Amino acid sequence: MSDKIKFTIDGVEVEATPGQTIMQAADEAGVYIPRLCAHKDLLPFGSCRVCTVMVNDRPQAACTQPVSAGMSVESETEEIRQIRVNLIEMLFVEGNHYCPFCEKSGNCELQALGYRLGMLAPKYPYMFNKHDVDASHPDIYIDHNRCILCARCVRSSKELDGKNVFQFVGRGIHKKVAFNSDTNLGATDVSVTDKAIENCPVGAILKKGVGYSVPIGKRMYDTQPIGSDIEARKATAK
Amino acid sequence: MAENLEKAIREICELNGNDHTRMMDIVREVQQRFGRVSSEAMDFIADAVNSHRVEVESVVSFYSFLSEKQKGKFVIRLCNDVIDKMHGVDNVAQAFREELGIDFGESTPDGKFTLEWTACIGMCDQAPAALVNDKMITRLSTDSAREIIKSLKANGDENRLTHLLGDGNNANLLVNSMVNNNIREEGPVIFAKLDAGKALHKALAMSAVEVIKDVKTARLRGRGGAGFPTGMKWEFTRAAEGDEKVVICNADEGEPGTFKDRVVLTERPDLMFEGMTIAGYAIGAQTGVVYLRAEYAYLRAFLESVLADRRNNNLLGNNILGKEGFNFDIRIQMGAGAYICGEETALISSCEGLRGDPKNRPPFPAQKGYLANPTSVNNVETFCCVAQILDKGAGWFAEMGSTGSTGTKLLSISGDCTRPGVYELPFGILVGDMLEKAGAENPYAVQVGGPSGQLIGKADFQRTICYDDVATGGSVMIFNEDRNPLEIAHEFMEFFCEESCGYCTPCRAGNELIKERLEVIMKGEGTPEDLDYLEQLGKTVAVSSRCGLGQTSPNPVLSSLKNFRGEYEKLVKENKDGMQRTFDIHKALATGEELQGRKSVIYAD
Repeated sequence: MSDKIKFTIDGVEVEATPGQTIMQAADEAGVYIPRLCAHKDLLPFGSCRVCTVMVNDRPQAACTQPVSAGMSVESETEEIRQIRVNLIEMLFVEGNHYCPFCEKSGNCELQALGYRLGMLAPKYPYMFNKHDVDASHPDIYIDHNRCILCARCVRSSKELDGKNVFQFVGRGIHKKVAFNSDTNLGATDVSVTDKAIENCPVGAILKKGVGYSVPIGKRMYDTQPIGSDIEARKATAK
Repeated sequence: MAENLEKAIREICELNGNDHTRMMDIVREVQQRFGRVSSEAMDFIADAVNSHRVEVESVVSFYSFLSEKQKGKFVIRLCNDVIDKMHGVDNVAQAFREELGIDFGESTPDGKFTLEWTACIGMCDQAPAALVNDKMITRLSTDSAREIIKSLKANGDENRLTHLLGDGNNANLLVNSMVNNNIREEGPVIFAKLDAGKALHKALAMSAVEVIKDVKTARLRGRGGAGFPTGMKWEFTRAAEGDEKVVICNADEGEPGTFKDRVVLTERPDLMFEGMTIAGYAIGAQTGVVYLRAEYAYLRAFLESVLADRRNNNLLGNNILGKEGFNFDIRIQMGAGAYICGEETALISSCEGLRGDPKNRPPFPAQKGYLANPTSVNNVETFCCVAQILDKGAGWFAEMGSTGSTGTKLLSISGDCTRPGVYELPFGILVGDMLEKAGAENPYAVQVGGPSGQLIGKADFQRTICYDDVATGGSVMIFNEDRNPLEIAHEFMEFFCEESCGYCTPCRAGNELIKERLEVIMKGEGTPEDLDYLEQLGKTVAVSSRCGLGQTSPNPVLSSLKNFRGEYEKLVKENKDGMQRTFDIHKALATGEELQGRKSVIYAD
């Protein structure tokens, strides 16, 4: 293990393998850095910016920034917490997120991060942007209102499913997920068993016929905050 | 028709080697031939280049010069930047509307004309300006706007719009443009004469390492705005692993208010190509690419002819100037209307036939750039400096300017001044002296560095133009006392919202929120708390955005808040009664009534 390097996160020394990102090293060490677009099975993307940390006083995305020996990473400061809350709030007001009746409620990473970071009602005004719903596929539907443009579906389809069902079109606030079809999702080769469906962190891509199968109070983030699984590693490591 | 489309697309793709990395050339050609890239066309393209239709759609939907919707035979793109607005573009727009009977964003029913707004097209020194297809039309008036439409209707040819030609190479048959150079001050670097091949000859007599050392000794920094040391960039690229290395010239001059590269491309292309070739030698590259913004397509044929001359004179090609084994050539890659492509990694994405999304760093382009090859991206002006440094010496160059910013800087000056145009001035010049040279009239605010730079006031006129003080990639816009800093900031926020690629949250959503709150304040509905709100929001966008565009996009608001806070304070009022001034009960009621399809019984007038 002599090829390990050392750096610090919030003053605590952490070991890492060269080539790892800050997030990968932090995860292994049981230090949770909030994230939305990052997913353990996917290549780093760096779009949500929720994992922003200060590296030697410069802002970087922990999911894309490689570790280097001796670097000083700040993550749990009030300043960074505020930036993360602001980013989460931006996502809430940019889309139309109806948590109270969303099937994903309790299993939604956006919602869970809002809770974990202590977000209350967003201080930003809702944009009420108009978005479509595509329910053309027999087993899946996509509601662009709840999409946070994290590209997990785009990347999962390419990297894990060996397909190319999703891609972004448009730019700026008009950017959205499109399908590899001249009509709708139903005309693509997407399948309900695709990782692209499973890896959606929010209620944008949902399976039909599932609904509210798990009652409130028993859903994933009802019992423990998001990131607990990663933090549990620290407890077992010690 | 469908067969013709398929056949034409097969041919276009074939000409581009059925290579998906040449997607920009393919979709530009389809757009030009058919006035659109239709859904059907996307399928044919995807099939020919072995890609997916959604990937084609992704590219087409990203660039403003490409569209799935049918465009007219003549696309008129009127520039709506702040300088054009100061020069009466709204009246010109009205003349176009009346003459065509359509609004912006629309096409005439006969399919002849499309009217569109576009961001800065690099003509602020001769505003208002518009593009008619690739043809640049400057100094527009309501009269000339009406004449343009009449002429196009009568002649059906945009090339017959230009009667008076501009100065210098603008009058060259291959440019054939009414654009004027407006060179106001010629300095010793960019505008000094240098015979083609002279600097290259000297460079080839040295080792590549010595060439890089010269550029480092000259302390040359990137002229695009970021100011990264050029020699270091080359050194990294040279040292990076990879057999194929690439030199890219960033001619995607898109920062509103900048037009200096337009003049360099028109008058000093040899100098620029020479610098690129020297860079190729220094880093060990065989491939050079000039990424030319779509708005400057009118210069393409001329630039191609300069390249052809250089090939004929063995300044490009194999064994250049007899140097055994030094093979280097340059191609021109056209853009398609996206400010973000001036960001070097977005530019590389675009060259690869993708959306102009910036890439994650690391790896830096010097390690893994164009098609994963080590790549050095430098500005048009930077390459010109390189050629002169190799000819006249690093010491000569380093003596000019200031310690941290050697040499001269090309400035594009426009706005409220009597002498708008291009100035080559030594770094370290006082802002006030620069304003005097330009004939600034009662300057109240100066936007230095474009929207991503700073809006400065009189208190800063004693500061200096250089990387370490008031930095600029070349844009200087002057505003007199009749102009409103909030309106200027608002124009720029609209620009950033329009040009954000939408990849990351803060730039995509945060800028919309900044613009919204600025509008609230401008309407007189803001409170003093809104100023803190804007500062906090701006800081979040600046700190957490993924690329330089997002990191600098809140600057219009942050710098005007800093330097013109009084203008904001005049407009905001304490919220004493606790009522939300942005909430209009009558409007809300009207919306409710519309949704319900009936009148309110309770709130009846």
